[in-house]
Amino acid sequence: MKLLEMKHISKNFDDLEVIKDISLSVEEGEILSIIGPSGSGKSTLLRCATMLETIDSGEICYMGERAAWVTPEGKKVYPRGETAKKIHSYFGLVFQNFNLFPHYSVMKNITDAPIHNQKRNKEEVYEEARQLLAKMGLSDKENAYPCQLSGGQCQRVAIARALALNPKILFFDEPTSALDPELTGEVLKVIKSLADLHIAMVIVTHEMAFARDISDKIIFMDKGVVALEGTPGEVFEADHDRMQEFLGKFRR
Amino acid sequence: MSLSVMLSQLGSGMLKSMGIFFLTLIFSLPLGLLVSFGRMSKNAILRTIVKIYISIMRGTPLMLQLLVVYFGPYFLFGMNIGGSYRFTAIIIGFSVNYAAYFAEIYRSGIESMPVGQYEAAKMLGYSKGKTFFKIILPQVIKRILPSITNEVITLVKDTSLSFALAYAEMFTIAKQIAAKETSFVPFIVAAIFYYIFNLVVALAMERIEKKLSYYQ
Repeated sequence: MKLLEMKHISKNFDDLEVIKDISLSVEEGEILSIIGPSGSGKSTLLRCATMLETIDSGEICYMGERAAWVTPEGKKVYPRGETAKKIHSYFGLVFQNFNLFPHYSVMKNITDAPIHNQKRNKEEVYEEARQLLAKMGLSDKENAYPCQLSGGQCQRVAIARALALNPKILFFDEPTSALDPELTGEVLKVIKSLADLHIAMVIVTHEMAFARDISDKIIFMDKGVVALEGTPGEVFEADHDRMQEFLGKFRR
Repeated sequence: MSLSVMLSQLGSGMLKSMGIFFLTLIFSLPLGLLVSFGRMSKNAILRTIVKIYISIMRGTPLMLQLLVVYFGPYFLFGMNIGGSYRFTAIIIGFSVNYAAYFAEIYRSGIESMPVGQYEAAKMLGYSKGKTFFKIILPQVIKRILPSITNEVITLVKDTSLSFALAYAEMFTIAKQIAAKETSFVPFIVAAIFYYIFNLVVALAMERIEKKLSYYQ
């Protein structure tokens, strides 16, 4: 069974067609990178998958269960209540600008949602949070506040916060775009280390070497459509004008 | 009249001024939050009604509003307005007026919150209510505290408007004694009282601000 399936998704902002009939799927444990020029609809696609934006046509399924769809009459349907809760528990999202809660300590940022929203055992959650912080190399920061951390540290806390809810799939929306090259390195290293947790990841990124290195599959988006799709080797070596033009800009 | 008698009379007025002050805050701070929700409502009718309410509260004198609340029931419905209604009218008048000002302050704070905070909360499974009360409101309070301090300090001085309804608070009594004894002393005592009261208010608010300064 596919973990995530997006079928024929379109999204318009007023008259602007941002996403045009895109379909994609993610298997359990699979790592998918979405690359492409700015404005090609990568982030919007991610925001549709995580229900932060509604879709204008198509269907989204998690674990075979419909999470969003548009009826033939054009009505957008999103399940509510317990079904919605269950679907939302499958995925997590790491934002470009972290969006940590500034009034909560690092520990509370990570543990508040599992304890109060998932109603899990407090001790267990704390124990798991400490392990996650250790994995992020932030064991000494549990009582710090986000404003006391560097951007790279904030992003690592945000990743730990998303992981603490035990999602099956984690979305990254340009996780390093707000960071300088040095901090980018530390965050990418952490994301790489997640590969052995065997959770699926969908990463929107401009870090080409990283995408090539970590991904099972790469999608190259351009002007709201999937221009190219395949293994890293296939996509990066493809004899595709737009792709080579895009890569050329990075190589220069 | 001896100074001690004068002071004891002024003292009882002081307590009444403080009563108006605290009760007004207790009612107007939560009411203001409700009003701000109405002001930001998606429902255009509710939004317009609340807008008109705020506009009237801010656009007419508070003293006039107090008179309307006190005498309104008699002139409009022929109701008997007894002595005990005087205090109720004052608290209603003040609370409803200050709620309008507080609502606009809440709104400025709520609208200044980055949308990313709502989105992060949604991703982490916070319900709408939890998102507002746990994530948004605490940050809003920190942001609006200086504006709230301004209003609270104004309220301390505005309690003196109750003299329009001849309610025996600090200022009313000071005026009475001053007229009766042809003495300037009650006014000086009143000035000192209001000043010190506000000094304490300012210090208390500063402490709260400091307490919330652990994050940015």
